[in-house]
Amino acid sequence: MIKLEKIQKYYGQYHALRDISCDMVEGEFFSLLGPSGSGKTTLLRTIAGFEHPDSGDVSIDGQSMAKVPPNKRPTNMVFQSYAIFPHMNVAENVAYGLRSKAVNKTDQLKLVRDTLAKVDLAGYEDRAAHAMSGGQRQRVALARALILKPKVLLLDEPLSALDRKLREEMQSELRRLQRNLGITFVLVTHDQEEALTMSDRVAVMFEGRIAQVDTPETLYRRPASKRVAEFFGSMNVLPAKLIDKSIHGQTVGIDGLGHIEVPENQFPEIALESNLCAGVRPESMTILEEDDNTAEKQTDGVITDVEYRGEMTYYDVRFEGTEQLVCVSMRNTTARRIKQVGDAVRIGWGRDSVVLLVDQ
Amino acid sequence: MNIALRIYILVFVLFLYAPTLLLPLFAFNDSSIIAFPLSGFTLEWFSALWQENGLQSAAVNSLIIATASSILATTLAMLASSASVRHDFPGKAPMMGIIMVPMFLPEIIIGVSLLTMLVLAGLPLSIYTIILGHTLICVPFCIAILRSSFQHLDPSMEEASLDLGETRATTFRRITLPLIVPGVVSSLLIAFTISLDEFVIAFFLSGTEPTLPVYIWSQLRFPKKTPIIMALGTVLLVVSVCLLSFSELVKRRNLRRLGLDHRPGV
Repeated sequence: MIKLEKIQKYYGQYHALRDISCDMVEGEFFSLLGPSGSGKTTLLRTIAGFEHPDSGDVSIDGQSMAKVPPNKRPTNMVFQSYAIFPHMNVAENVAYGLRSKAVNKTDQLKLVRDTLAKVDLAGYEDRAAHAMSGGQRQRVALARALILKPKVLLLDEPLSALDRKLREEMQSELRRLQRNLGITFVLVTHDQEEALTMSDRVAVMFEGRIAQVDTPETLYRRPASKRVAEFFGSMNVLPAKLIDKSIHGQTVGIDGLGHIEVPENQFPEIALESNLCAGVRPESMTILEEDDNTAEKQTDGVITDVEYRGEMTYYDVRFEGTEQLVCVSMRNTTARRIKQVGDAVRIGWGRDSVVLLVDQ
Repeated sequence: MNIALRIYILVFVLFLYAPTLLLPLFAFNDSSIIAFPLSGFTLEWFSALWQENGLQSAAVNSLIIATASSILATTLAMLASSASVRHDFPGKAPMMGIIMVPMFLPEIIIGVSLLTMLVLAGLPLSIYTIILGHTLICVPFCIAILRSSFQHLDPSMEEASLDLGETRATTFRRITLPLIVPGVVSSLLIAFTISLDEFVIAFFLSGTEPTLPVYIWSQLRFPKKTPIIMALGTVLLVVSVCLLSFSELVKRRNLRRLGLDHRPGV
């Protein structure tokens, strides 16, 4: 559907996009996630045609977009500021793009009415643009883009200006709209939670590079690098060493956890000895009760800190015989007692709790 | 507020407006000598205005020049401001500096140098040469106004229009222009007023077709004509007040339309 090939973009000396190659599939909800300055908005604007790559190509449906101006591309965009035209009412805003498509007046009215209904703004046709709230403006911006039936809808941080409750509402609503319409959505966001809940696939970007493209679940469970891992929630990162290599896999020594076998296919691709490390999510370890022997591996330790957060408690545990501190989280079920600092505990974990990471 | 401050304000306002108020006062006075006490009411000077041959053609010249140079200057300023606000290009700062220079240059220098250049180029002096000179001195003022209009215009408005399928030309007509209308009106008005009362450049470049200020200056040598000039001044005063009110009206109407009329500081 959208194919990005080796895109490079410079602003003077500043290298904004570095060798970006990526494919977006028809009908998927794709997110570009990254901190500010990672190039995600520049990439979105490159797809829309507002920025021109210094080298590389964007193609949509097999057609190169290199010489196609924004007004001729099969994409429409929802801007971060919404860019609602202040001198027009809601209906005029929504019908704006129909003029160049030569749609007759009666069809126009019907289309506007239908599209406004889709975004829950039925009956708002005659409202002045400035009389709309932030959430409503966002819906107008959506309707204005969707009425043109684009192949791709580009969304530039559309939810960042809304308050938390409205944002969550709009998240599920955008998701629902995307599923119903079957249009490809490309969303730019700096909020990892938003990217995880809304997207089919997410591209994580740092400093103009795509670090990893994957489904939300894979990104969370099997991040490719330490940086990606730490971008999604908390992750214990432990120093690790390659001990032995065999046909079945590799044996890795991890500080505090000892030796484990890692199958070949789970070993990160460009792992040099020097920058290998192991990641363990706090929730993929558990504090074992006295009589519990179900865990694949067990390690003894002492609790050094307790952080109670309502539904979860986060414990800092020092493993026996090492200085390594590891964070373990436990859900606060009714029967479970909150442990105290100084308590000796047994930590249960398994080979699947550990993911090998590249520290770049 | 203390007494001293009140007196200061009173003197200040008096000093500012009293001379202007003398114009209508003597325009309706039925003596040709400009002195107190006033002797009686008359409309004679206003009817005499119609009989002054040179005056009418001078007024027409002035209106043509002011209209043409305000439109020209505003158009050029619109191009320059949009380029300077939206784009970065090599030499932008010195280029904008050079465009703004006529604002600070004495008009007599501009007048003399333009005259020299026109004579050297062998171009005859006419109202066109005055339009040229006035456009030159108006452009910096228009840019000062329009730059701020463009700075307050969210660039994603224009991008949104392009994104929705409109060309650059239609985007300018449907989005950019309507949103900078208040600035354009102010720019047209300021250029119009500057051109209308500009004397030095017009004097140098006018040839045989004087503008209103040049005509007034030439008539001041004849004491008998002085009350007629007063009447003319009164007419101009009324026209200026009307123009100002009109521009303020346009501005307010626009702010109301965009829902900004309750914003403080506008």
